[in-house]
Amino acid sequence: MGAYLAKRILTMIPTLLGVAVLIFLMLRVVPGDIVELKMRGDGGAPTVEQVQAERVRLGLDKPLYQQFAGWMVGLVTLDLGKSMWTEQPVTQEIAGRLGLTLQVAIMATIIAILIALPLGTLSALYKDSWIDQAIRIVTIGGLAIPSFWLGMMIIVGLLFAFNWIPPMQYVPIWQDPLANLSQLIWPALAVGYRFSAVLARMVRSSIVEVMREDYIRTARAKGVYERLVVGRHALRNAMLPAVTVIGLEFAFLIGGLVVTEQVFNLNGLGRLFVQAVTRSDFTMVQGIVMVIAVVFIVTNLIVDLAYAWLDPRIRYGGK
Amino acid sequence: MIRHLALGLALALTTATQAFAQAPQPTRGGTLNFAVVSDPPNYDCHGHETYVVVQSVGPFYSTLLKFDMSRYPEVKGDLAKSWSVSADGLTYTFELNPGVTFHDGSPLTSADIKATYERLRAPPAGVVSLRQATFADIASIETPSPTQIVFKLSAANPAMLQNFASPYNCVYSAAKLAQDPRFPVQNILGSGAFRFVEHVRGSHLVGQRYDKYFVDGRPYLDGFRIAFIPQATAMLNAMQGGQIQAEFRTVGPADRARLEQALGNKIKFSEATWSTGLIVAFNTEKPPFNDVRVRRALSMAIDRNAGSVGLRRTSILRAVGGLVRPGAPFSASAEELASLPGFGRDIAASRAEARKLLAEAGVSNLTFALVNRAVPQPYTPAGIFLVDQWRQIGVTVEHRQLETSPYVQAVRAGNFDVALDFQNQVLEDPTYTLLRYISADKSPENPSKGIDRQLDQTFERITRETNVQARTQLIRAFEKRVMEQAYQVPFLWWNRLVAMDTRVMGWNMSPSHVHGQDLVDVWLAPATN
Repeated sequence: MGAYLAKRILTMIPTLLGVAVLIFLMLRVVPGDIVELKMRGDGGAPTVEQVQAERVRLGLDKPLYQQFAGWMVGLVTLDLGKSMWTEQPVTQEIAGRLGLTLQVAIMATIIAILIALPLGTLSALYKDSWIDQAIRIVTIGGLAIPSFWLGMMIIVGLLFAFNWIPPMQYVPIWQDPLANLSQLIWPALAVGYRFSAVLARMVRSSIVEVMREDYIRTARAKGVYERLVVGRHALRNAMLPAVTVIGLEFAFLIGGLVVTEQVFNLNGLGRLFVQAVTRSDFTMVQGIVMVIAVVFIVTNLIVDLAYAWLDPRIRYGGK
Repeated sequence: MIRHLALGLALALTTATQAFAQAPQPTRGGTLNFAVVSDPPNYDCHGHETYVVVQSVGPFYSTLLKFDMSRYPEVKGDLAKSWSVSADGLTYTFELNPGVTFHDGSPLTSADIKATYERLRAPPAGVVSLRQATFADIASIETPSPTQIVFKLSAANPAMLQNFASPYNCVYSAAKLAQDPRFPVQNILGSGAFRFVEHVRGSHLVGQRYDKYFVDGRPYLDGFRIAFIPQATAMLNAMQGGQIQAEFRTVGPADRARLEQALGNKIKFSEATWSTGLIVAFNTEKPPFNDVRVRRALSMAIDRNAGSVGLRRTSILRAVGGLVRPGAPFSASAEELASLPGFGRDIAASRAEARKLLAEAGVSNLTFALVNRAVPQPYTPAGIFLVDQWRQIGVTVEHRQLETSPYVQAVRAGNFDVALDFQNQVLEDPTYTLLRYISADKSPENPSKGIDRQLDQTFERITRETNVQARTQLIRAFEKRVMEQAYQVPFLWWNRLVAMDTRVMGWNMSPSHVHGQDLVDVWLAPATN
């Protein structure tokens, strides 16, 4: 297992290097100029000399290979540089938002699991019954309704019913759990519902498939209680594809909550990413993309390790 | 007769006294919560033109002069207790308020003003000052005493007092600037009514009353808290939910209806013609827009009066005006405006003339792209309207909307046929408002690439003319030339509509969203059930 982990961690390096090269090059071909935007975007009238001086100060006058080399050296030393917009360290800017985004992603994942596991299981066990049909309506609704729209409806509902909206300022959960949850439970619900729909469909189809397996028939033939057949044999084996979905969806949420964050005015990573893109803030975009890439890779690793725990037949690194 | 006068005076005095007695008296205390669309990129007022810097950072700083919001566009002292201008207009002497301190307790003297203005007019390496050209006429700055500062000009400049009142001229500590000229970029140390407490990027910024503020009894507020809300709908939700009490830039007509319906008498609105307008800019380096007939035809095809009526229902566009904001000093009267090409009241005749001009230029079936910002308010409706206007004279237009960054880059690089640009007139003296219309090699604001020495000469005279009547005549001549040559022409001026909780008092509306934002006189009325 140790050798396997070391190998996986080593394979992260070329993956991240590829991401770094791609994002660096892609940003340079996208139209837009942060200096022009910063100085002229709101009607300012800098001289050509002022614009050029600012470019020099930000290092944008250097040849691309030099800029890339600087970026690579920074990556090796875990220094993502400074935002060209705020001139604050990128790591500091990301750290300020990552907590909120992570919490929403974790809460949404928990909500999704709590909804999807029972619904998916029931749907599979009562396949083609009215229960299955009712759950299908719920899950298809979750797939069809965009999270941001549901978020908007939640806010409109809260305003209409109580003339109240969730607080806008993020407070870490360990400082004020009530304030924290009253802000983040709503976006987590909005996102978690869609997530649960995907997961419930996956759980349903996996259980339907597993229930046809020989070992299920054997367990039943041995007189094992149906509850144990489902819980210990079927559900555990059916969880393998579900875990993959959970991992992928969770990783997606780290960078993909863009619109939901706008709707709930959450100061998260998605909003920072969009702002950085619209401002042509290269260093910030590069930094965020690298963080998201790391999250995806680490999540995939955790998913693979979870496979081994769920299915003893799966072994990594051994014979 | 005398008795009548006395009676009249007594009646007037009584009425005034009653009115004063009935006027709500400011109360101290409370925190003003308001929204701003985004954080300032950094804290340096000198290097920015964006309003978010003034609205976020402005309350922490003082300026030499400021606009008198109850008598706009007149100016009044801020740090300056009094001032005088020499008869030849070349010497400005300011006497500072005594006992002013920065928030770290250090005294503010004429040396700090001098250091600030040296930084504004000749920024050191690594420092950006977008006001460098504004203060180019300052030849020297002297400090005869700690409370007196003298500016010597190389030429008379009738706009100079307005220059000194710009909210972007935040006064910095000379000692801090000597240590690091870029100190204000990442640090806040002012002498304003509020001292800096906290800024969480992307979330909020907090200011607290500075108890040693040099104006007795001010500020009224205990503090203020800014919530950064990029999305308009989220801002309206926050206002309806009572989390913010104001947004000082603008809301749209539909937003007003929503807030009025939801909040009834708990919300109030102030509105004014905004000193911001949309401009149609033609790229004169690209045929056929190098032909004045084509440019003028396209300007004449636009029914601005109908646009004003129609677009005000769905957008923040409102007033028809010339080069100067309607209602501002030196603005054109309705009659003067109607005599200019593109502003006539008979749109059918105007469009007939436009078709004729296009035919003469040999481009009756003209096709081009209108480059516009991908910003819903007011750019999108304005762009759609213009495309339709030009369609009515047989011109086919592709409406190409770009995100702000690529848009700015495209316009600066000349990668456009026609662009829908905007002007934001922070200072309304013609020296600033007309600058964008002079030749492109003299004005960094001019996107049209047009060169017109006649305009340059007239503009130069306008900037130096101190006689109001003579200056007005020059401005009218300049305006006429601009509309005839049509390198770039005004479309419509924006309407500023500010929504705030009825408890917010002492804030005055102005045509610009950067003036009157120091919050010195703002107070919160007690809540009533």
